[in-house]
Formats: sequence, C-alpha cells, structure tokens
Amino acid sequence: MDKRWLSIKEKVENGERLNKDDGIYLFSVKDILSLGELARQVKLKKTGRDVYFNVNRHINLTNVCASRCKFCAFGKGLDDPEAYVMDVEEAVRLGREALPLNITELHVVSALHPELPFQYYVDVTRALHEAFPDIHIQGFTAVEIQYFSDISGLSVREVLQALKDAGLGSLPGGGAEILNDDLRRLTCPRKATSQQWLNVHRTAHQLGMRTNTTMLYGHIETIEDRVNHLIKLRELQDETGGIQSFIPLPFHPQNTAMSHIVRTTAVEDLKMLSISRLMLDNVDHVKAFWIMLGVQVAQVSLEFGVDDLDGTVVEEKITHAAGASTEPGIGKSELIRIIRNAGYNPVERDTVYNIIARY
Amino acid sequence: MKPGVILAEILEGRRISGEEFLFLYQEADLLALARAAVTIRDRRFPNDLITFIIDRNINYTNVCSCRCKFCAFYREATSPDAYVMGKEELFRKIEEAVNAGATQVMIQGGLHPELGIDYFTDMFSSIKRKYDITIHSLTAPEIVHIAGVSGLTTRETLQRLAAAGLDSLPGGGAEVLHDEVRTRISPNKIRTAEWLRVMQEAHEIGLKTTATMMMGSLDTVEHRLAHLEAIRELQDKTGGFRAFIMWTYQPGNNELMGSKVTSLEYLRMLALSRLYLDNFAHVQGSWVTQGKQIGQLSIFFGADDLGSVMLEENVVRAAGLAYKASKEEIIDLIRKAGKTPAQRDTAYNILKIF
Repeated sequence: MDKRWLSIKEKVENGERLNKDDGIYLFSVKDILSLGELARQVKLKKTGRDVYFNVNRHINLTNVCASRCKFCAFGKGLDDPEAYVMDVEEAVRLGREALPLNITELHVVSALHPELPFQYYVDVTRALHEAFPDIHIQGFTAVEIQYFSDISGLSVREVLQALKDAGLGSLPGGGAEILNDDLRRLTCPRKATSQQWLNVHRTAHQLGMRTNTTMLYGHIETIEDRVNHLIKLRELQDETGGIQSFIPLPFHPQNTAMSHIVRTTAVEDLKMLSISRLMLDNVDHVKAFWIMLGVQVAQVSLEFGVDDLDGTVVEEKITHAAGASTEPGIGKSELIRIIRNAGYNPVERDTVYNIIARY
Repeated sequence: MKPGVILAEILEGRRISGEEFLFLYQEADLLALARAAVTIRDRRFPNDLITFIIDRNINYTNVCSCRCKFCAFYREATSPDAYVMGKEELFRKIEEAVNAGATQVMIQGGLHPELGIDYFTDMFSSIKRKYDITIHSLTAPEIVHIAGVSGLTTRETLQRLAAAGLDSLPGGGAEVLHDEVRTRISPNKIRTAEWLRVMQEAHEIGLKTTATMMMGSLDTVEHRLAHLEAIRELQDKTGGFRAFIMWTYQPGNNELMGSKVTSLEYLRMLALSRLYLDNFAHVQGSWVTQGKQIGQLSIFFGADDLGSVMLEENVVRAAGLAYKASKEEIIDLIRKAGKTPAQRDTAYNILKIF
C-alpha cells in the first residue's frame, strides 16, 4: 500500500479525524480488504463484537406524493389507480397485527400527500401511541416534517413538538438523498433543501429526539458529493450529538425515472459502508439496510465496519417498488443466524439502542 | 497454533495439514484468510486478470435413477414432463450457443436406464462433425452409469467417449466426497472411491477434469476437509484437475430442504480452499449459486475465475434460482472489483481481454 494509505491508517489508529481529501482518496482504494480491516477496527472499538437489530413494522400511510422524485418508484399521483391513503384505524390495525411478532418499533414513513392536513399525521401518531404505549414510534423523515411545516404554516419546531407530544419518539434518516442542492434540483426539486433537511434534524435533536441519517448513493452524484454529505452530517453531530446512526442506501434504479442507471455492485456497497465508518468518527452506529443491500452482502458488511442490520422490517414497500429482490421481511431467527454465523453477538435493541436481549 | 503463524507459513509455500485447515476454519479472521488467499492467487496470476467462459449447459434428459435428495431436477421415466433430447434440438441449442460466442458445451443429464455408450459416442461425433466447440461433458456418475448400461469398464467407456470427441469432464456428482454425507443425500449415487477412480482414469487417458464440491447440505467442515484432502492427493498423483469449483447447496423444491449456507460461510470456505489446494491453479467463484454480488466478492477471497456466462442452466434453475448474468454484466462486475476481465476457453487459455 502507498504512503497516502499509511498516513490515513495512522490517523484512524490515533483517533484523528479524516478530512475531505482523505475521504475522496479512500474511494480510489482498490483493496477493499484493507478498507474493511480499518473500518472494522473502528467498529470494534466502538461497539465491540455486538451487532444490533430490531424488530419493527413499517407502515407507509400513503403513496400519494407531490414530490415525485426521479429516483422513486413508490410515489403515485392522486388519481392513479394504485394510489392509497390509510385511515387512522387501518394504521392501528396494521400495528396490532404485528404485535405477535413482539415488535418494539413502528416505523412510519410515507409520501408528501397534496391534500391531507398536518392534523392527520398528528392523529395517526396519537392513535398509535395510545393503542401501543410501549412501542416506540419512529416516524416522518425530515422531508415530511419540512412539508408539514409548509402546509400547516407552523414552524419546524412547532411541527416536531406537536408530533412529539402526540407520541413520536424519533426520526428516521430518509429524504437526505444527497445533500447537494444542485443535485436535489435535478432529482427531487420539490423536496426539502439540504439546509432544511439538516435543520429539521438539528431541531429534533434540540427537542430531545434522536435521529438516524442516510445517504442515497449510486445515481448521479460524484464521490466528492458523497464525502461532502458525510462531512455535513459529521458537523451536525459535533453540534448536537443527536445522530444515532448512519445508513448509506444504494440507489435501486428499476421502475424509476432513472432506470438507465446501473445498480451499484457489492464491492462499491462495501466501500461505501467502510468509508462511512471511517469518516463518521462521531457516529456510533453504521447500519447495513439489508432490504436494499441484500441479506448476503449485509452479512459480509459486518466485516467492513457495520454494527447494525436494521430490523425484521415487516412489509416494506418503498424499496420493493423499485425492484429490490430481497424478501419483504425476514424473521428474527434468520437475522440471529447470519450474525452468529459471522462470529458476532446478535443483540436485539429498541429504536434508541437500549438492549432488549442478547442471543 | 496461531492463525497468523500458519498463514505466514502458507505464504512461504508450506502445505497445510488437515488439522491446520480445521484450526483456521475455526479461529482465523475472515479478512486475514481473504488476504492470504488473494496473495497466493496473485502470485500464481500476476496479470490481474479475472476470467470467465461462455458456454451452454445442455441437459439431455431429466430421467434419473439416482433421485438424490438435494435435487430438484430429476423426473421418473413415467412423469409427464420427463424428456430425452433429440438430435435436432441438441443441434439447435449448440448452434445458438456457437452464434452467441460460446466455446464450450457442458452436456450433462440424469442417469437414464436406457441410454448407453452408442447414444453418447454418436452424439459427440456428430457434434464434432458439425461444430468447432469444446465438449466438456458427462460427470463421473454418468460415466459409471453408461459403463454399466453398456457392459464396459469405466476406462473403456472414457476411451470410447474421448475417441468420439469428448474433450474434458466436469467435476459434478462429487457433492461432498465423504460417504457419510453421500449415503444420506445421494444414496443411489456412486461413492467417493468410485468418483475418484473415474477421475483418475480420465486423467490417465489424457482427459482433464475439474473438481467440484457442493457444500452446505448435511456436511460438516470435517466432511469438506475430507473432500479437499482426496482431491489434493489425486492431483499430486495425476495433475489432471484444472480447477476447483465450490457450489453451495440450494434448498428448495427438493426432499432435503434445510437452510442456505450464508455468504460469509461460503467466502470463508472459498478462501480456505485456495489455501489448502496448493496444487490447483484455478479456483472458481460461483455466482450461479451465490448470486452476482457474492460472485463479485469471491474475487477478494481467492477466486481467479467466475465460471461461465451460461446460456442455459436447468438444474440450478429448477431449485428456484434464476440468476442470469450476461457477458456484459460479468465484465462490469469484474471491472468494478478493480480487475481486468478476460474470456477464457476450457483449458484456461485467454481468448480475449476486455
């Protein structure tokens, strides 16, 4: 390996922060085994041999979306025959059906419905919380929160406070896509800007809610965009400490307006995960979202700096609309099996990383 | 014993024992195994190439008296979807393959009680008259079966097939070369000693073969080691194996069911195979049973070849798998792993670098 690599390795081993140039250089490293070893070393220091997962149920309240981003295969127009909106009772019914699976989280992520009032989301949250007071509600991406603010005339803080009062526990990391406004204008022009996205997370942290963060990669972004994105998250984390995990999401092109793009390969996915671990020195958890990566690559990623495999994810619709060939949900026993088989300790966590059980 | 010490000694060229293999399987860090396997691979092939072949699998019949428990392909002779392929269809398939750039046909089938030596010598000689293509066909259980049906020894059978145009033998039917496993998953199939004898005879009359292993059904790591020991020993004797090809058992549509080998288990065994089989030049990564993603990662665990861009593969597909990888996709996977893709022929000569 060359000098540049050795100096980066030394920095990481001394706990020094990597800069933007380091990040860009890491993407040019061909030897993914070295990246894996270094990222794994950082992971082991942070969370030892524990690998986390949770048992959750996804609820996608509606697929009607005013945003219609180019990388999305899920959003539909109001008059589309496949358009749907769930009423409050339906959402509660879905939650109740998942109770026998011993879920600890309801994961509520939806679309930007052009007609539903903000009150609907508050009502759903309250109904879910009242029906299942012990189950953590993680819901509403920063993009949805910003949209609620736009349609209600309330500030982002007021929106978050109202949802928190109704029972919202934390925010998922979706809608970050790539935090570069030139690219957002091209791919998702009607969505929250980079600053708005970051501001929602900052505000949530200030209100005492933890959040996850994501990046959608493998579409039209450059390596520099990816590194900038990681640095923006790292800076926010320095400020608030409220980011509990980072989840890089490979773009699934099928059925989207960018279907000409070739899906990233396993090598690129593992690179992205290990570099995320190396750049985000102040974030505890790097998560492999197996729904998008596939279970097989997600398992391999445990040797590349990942310490979380997300959840059992009953009935995920958004990635599957874009042609993900993974199963829509896998059982807890399968998650435990692949973690154990990789030589790590399977740990079931709740949404905010309290340990529920070790297996 | 320390894994690091053993790995360092392997890199110095020392052959490892079975005991050390088991120790590394249990104790060695996966990425350290991968690193050693890649180092050994790169020493053998310093050109940075990762190869593939374009071929077509042709399954001449699905009627099989073997009825292995892990198989989803076989049918009884009386089954409504039982078939024996006629020459017209065979030629059409080969013609398509040749037109698509294939350099090899892999003709394999069930153990059909009525198909004897003449069916195959006629098939091979007529293929050779019409097409310039390598016939890499018939596994050891088929050779034994054809010999039995025809009242010949296996050596005579191999000689007559070679004279008719058979170029080399695939390593299929080996499953795991340990009779404890074979009696449970394929009780009617030839035993370990017979598989090895057919391979040895093939090598002795000048037919090269590959060696395969299908891991992950009822086998333990000790069984897999026995398999690797047996083929390493035979390779020392004959040098007739061109490559080692490891598949993973596919649960689905069969009697055995069970769960699938995880990707890390597969990659660990792959790297260890590269280290243990110091007398094998080529170790293949299997995208057919592991998928394109893990197929690509096998490059970082010691594989130098991704096998075939297959135009047809009925046996694996019958178990519910439908991986298709076109030539372009394989080339893309290899490039994105930072390597140079190259098309090879059956003997591993490089035909074209991409």
